[in-house]
Amino acid sequence: MTTESPWLDTLMALIVFTNLRLLGSSRLGACIRTVALQGVFLGLLPLIAHSNDLDWRIVLLAFAGMALKAGVFPWLFFRALRGAKVRREMEPYVGYSLSLLAGIASFAVALWVGSALELPNRAISPLLVPVALSTMLVGLFVIVSRRKALTQALGYLAFENGIYAFGIGIAHEAPFLVEAGILLDVFVAVFVMGIAIFHIRREFDSIDTAALSSLRD
Amino acid sequence: MLLALLLVPTLCGLAAFGLRASRPRRALLVLAALVHAGLTLAAWRRPPAPVWQGSLALDPPGLLFLALTSVLFLAAALYAVGYLAREEAGRRADFEEQFLFANQPEAVFTGCLLLFLATMTLVAVSQHFVILWIGIEATTLASAPLIYFHRQHRSLEATWKYLMVCSVGIGLALLGTFFLSVAAARPGAEPVPLLLSELMAHAGELESSWLRLGFVLLLVGYGTKMGLAPLHTWLPDAHSESPSVVSALMSGALLNCAFLGVLRAYQVCGAAGLARWCGTLLTFFGLFSLALAAVFLLGQTDYKRLLAYSSVEHMGILALGVGLGGSATFGALLHAVNHSLAKAMLFLAAGNILGMYRTKAVHEVRGVLGVLPVTGALWLAGLLVITGSPPFGMFLSEFTILRAAVEQGRGGVAALYLVLLGVIFVGLSTAMLGMVQGQPPALAGAPRGRDRWLAVGPPAALGLGLLVLGVWIPPTLDALLRAAAHALGSP
Repeated sequence: MTTESPWLDTLMALIVFTNLRLLGSSRLGACIRTVALQGVFLGLLPLIAHSNDLDWRIVLLAFAGMALKAGVFPWLFFRALRGAKVRREMEPYVGYSLSLLAGIASFAVALWVGSALELPNRAISPLLVPVALSTMLVGLFVIVSRRKALTQALGYLAFENGIYAFGIGIAHEAPFLVEAGILLDVFVAVFVMGIAIFHIRREFDSIDTAALSSLRD
Repeated sequence: MLLALLLVPTLCGLAAFGLRASRPRRALLVLAALVHAGLTLAAWRRPPAPVWQGSLALDPPGLLFLALTSVLFLAAALYAVGYLAREEAGRRADFEEQFLFANQPEAVFTGCLLLFLATMTLVAVSQHFVILWIGIEATTLASAPLIYFHRQHRSLEATWKYLMVCSVGIGLALLGTFFLSVAAARPGAEPVPLLLSELMAHAGELESSWLRLGFVLLLVGYGTKMGLAPLHTWLPDAHSESPSVVSALMSGALLNCAFLGVLRAYQVCGAAGLARWCGTLLTFFGLFSLALAAVFLLGQTDYKRLLAYSSVEHMGILALGVGLGGSATFGALLHAVNHSLAKAMLFLAAGNILGMYRTKAVHEVRGVLGVLPVTGALWLAGLLVITGSPPFGMFLSEFTILRAAVEQGRGGVAALYLVLLGVIFVGLSTAMLGMVQGQPPALAGAPRGRDRWLAVGPPAALGLGLLVLGVWIPPTLDALLRAAAHALGSP
């Protein structure tokens, strides 16, 4: 169904690069743009993979996804940030150099797991499963190791991107409505998170989730 | 018919966002709940036709959970009308920390409540695994604003935790769904569509290792939403900080929907001959949830958290029952019915207590029977129900599961189950009995004995249903439960 293409592997490498940049950057604005860029690379993935048999539905979904991830989400996040004094992730639970090391380690683990998992049908690229897994792991790592609500939401987005990449690679002809439904859900999720971040900023005058610690047993 | 079930709450929910006047909006809420209940009843009597090539259809397990959701929503809608009328407009003082806060606009609350019903209906009727995922994720998104009804920092914290933990969990379930689709790829042939019936019909051709991985991910993903320990961390916070009517719906209806997600995965694995393997996992999660709930119930000082941990316990019992299989599956489904009604009743009663005493601390609430006689009686009855005492139906369902464990020769599981139930009984009854008895504290400006009709009517109706279920299971319900248990592989 596909042809080996140098563009695909370049795209994979770029996605890994965005993961590392997300882990190594302290400025919130840079993180938002990095995840937006990752969304664009991810949107290009099905277009290049299916470049021989392009279908209007694939094109439509890819462009809708890119418009969301590179247009609507960054706008939403910057809007939630507006008025917040803090522009940097201060004192993350895990430092940046250690985070980068963790990112590289996650890629190594993902390569190993990816080679152990045997897909019945060949994926569009041998790098796809490792890249998808490491993106998910990086997303999870960002969620647990960062304190700002905004960075955690970005982590969730990266996590979801990883799952989506896996889905692109393996999915056999999913119905159009189903894929659109997944996209819609992710959109609403990020939308609700954006509103929650806005309220957190107003309530605590910061978006630090360390302030969210009064509920416990 | 199926589309009407989905469209009525969706459209009414969207309309509620736009309605400015309170009275018609509240009337719309009750009307939508009534229509939904009527449609569900009609669907029970005459199975509706599947739509979208069978992606949406109503099978016995789906119908069971749809009916529960519908009944609970009707009770909650009536209760909400009274509750919303009592909530003062404008800024008011928080009773724990005395700062001022305002409520969410009522239109947003009502709209989200109705959309929440629509998403839960979608979960109940979906036969396609991706649509199931879409539905369960949508329940999270529709209910997150409900938790944040009281706009203050504790409920905001609960909302954020709920959003993050459940979104990640449900993300894992999506990965599990993709794994399922890899398992269904069938090299050299057309892949099996991700429809429940197709997957079960071709279960033998599914790739076993991917199927197992998929089941683990689906169990962990939907288990997070269901509140199985150790994935339950969002649950006590969300249940204790949201308005009681939302807690009632989340505990009684939402957790069931997530459970249905696990059951769907279990059905496919069962057809593929992996029932024992899945059963072991479910049994482990079930017992672990019971144990964790027992630890946190002992000495719990917040009565809404008490009820939340009790939900963790009962979800554990459901997982345990299905995990054991055989006649325990029937017990687990009956237990789901009992738990939904009982927990909704208790949360609604807790809302009445909270409204009167203005505290969630167990030790500050005394003499409920004297102050709110009907609520106090319901609270006592609820205690008897959720601890599985004889006059009520939960005794029967818990006993069925126990008997199945003994019959299967799993003495260790049975013993552990009994011991944990005993510990939980002690924890729940020490806290809850103390609340109804004793001398009530001086309540500022609150007249005694004022049980409002809309505040006690819905939970009392649920309690009546529980009492009936304890002595007599209606034949139609019995048939439905048996059909559902049969669909889950029980003979």
